[in-house]
Amino acid sequence: MYTQAMDQQPKEERERKAVRSVEEVELERRFDAKIDAGDFIEAKDWMPDHYRKTLLRQISQHAHSEIVGMLPEGNWITRAPTLKRKAILLAKVQDEGGHGLYLYAAAETLGTSRDQMIDALHSGKAKYSSIFNYPTLTWADIGTIGWLVDGAAIMNQVPICRCSYAPYARAMIRICREESFHQRQGFDALLVMMRDGTPEQRAMVQDAVNRWWWPSIMMFGPPDDQSPNSAQGMRWGIKRVSNDTLRQRFVDATVEQAKVLGVTLPDPDLKWNAEREHYDFGAIDWDEFKRVIAGEGPCNRERLATRQKAWDDGAWVRDAALAYARKQATKQEAA
Amino acid sequence: MNSNQNAANQSSLNEWPLWEVFVRSKSGLDHKHCGSLHAADPQMAIQLARDVYTRRLEGCSVWVVRSDQIVASDPADKGMYFDPMEDKVYRHPTFYKLPSEVDHM
Repeated sequence: MYTQAMDQQPKEERERKAVRSVEEVELERRFDAKIDAGDFIEAKDWMPDHYRKTLLRQISQHAHSEIVGMLPEGNWITRAPTLKRKAILLAKVQDEGGHGLYLYAAAETLGTSRDQMIDALHSGKAKYSSIFNYPTLTWADIGTIGWLVDGAAIMNQVPICRCSYAPYARAMIRICREESFHQRQGFDALLVMMRDGTPEQRAMVQDAVNRWWWPSIMMFGPPDDQSPNSAQGMRWGIKRVSNDTLRQRFVDATVEQAKVLGVTLPDPDLKWNAEREHYDFGAIDWDEFKRVIAGEGPCNRERLATRQKAWDDGAWVRDAALAYARKQATKQEAA
Repeated sequence: MNSNQNAANQSSLNEWPLWEVFVRSKSGLDHKHCGSLHAADPQMAIQLARDVYTRRLEGCSVWVVRSDQIVASDPADKGMYFDPMEDKVYRHPTFYKLPSEVDHM
């Protein structure tokens, strides 16, 4: 999902300034040398404007994805089938909130405030992962999100632990460490239904997999030949592995897991290619992907409206906490 | 550490201040910087630090410090500040080759 941000750069930002000062050229030469040496860039180090903007966009949209990603799952907290599943789901949704916070903090180091980023989300200027605009219709959707959506996210995120921008890389290391339980709990929840469940429950799992499979493999972003900014991202060590490579890795791993689970993946063209030593898969509906990104997915309006409402309803709490802190500080000064 | 505070501060008069969080992973070890968060006051910062950074037994003690209270060296001075130590190899025990009889000194 995170590579999506890089593929959606506004056009004007793709065209770099033609005229630069001698000093800037020298700074950029040193910056490039640092990247080539595999060195990390820290918040206060000099960096090209375009690098800063690209990262800010990617990290803030990654943060938004974590926060909006709490909504489809939060939908099932009160309806989880057992206390155990409810505790697990609560822990997972709390993690997503935490991941959003780590990432906002990393993005803030680039010089944009938290409020500015949240404002960009609410106004629709900033995007979040397309996947969270699909509805969670049944309990099996929760297991499937863990297995497929978190599985795809982990596949995407592990290479970012080696991102050249150190605050982002550090946040990603923490996130990846915490997120491995997310995928496992999802698979576990589905496995229980497939092995010990009723025929209706098994059908429910298959239905969820049918609906989430294609959106999940879209999470890796457009194909490499339609991803014009990837090369620059690779050059700068922001992106380490291409969209298509990550997607293939995910498909190869997931097909085997689906066999264990006893579900079929909804793609008649999915088959082992002995020559490539990978699974071939069918054509992805990129028009759907573009529609969902552009705001026309099943839940785009609902998701944004929920976030906006939470933000507005929380305004008095934020203001009151700040007013209280200022009052206490004044009292202390007076004493 | 979060920099560029000036740019951020202009638009964020009503934003809770930023705090840096340090966690002691177990007794006997030092506190290590692990990230930052926004909180209105010190008590809230400590509580949020617990919720955000120690959900999996990562620590037994937490420090929080207002980010704007931290003084840091300037990255532009890195060479001037730290490179002079590069040629002072005699500050390291490995510089001294002793006879093998006493080399575990």
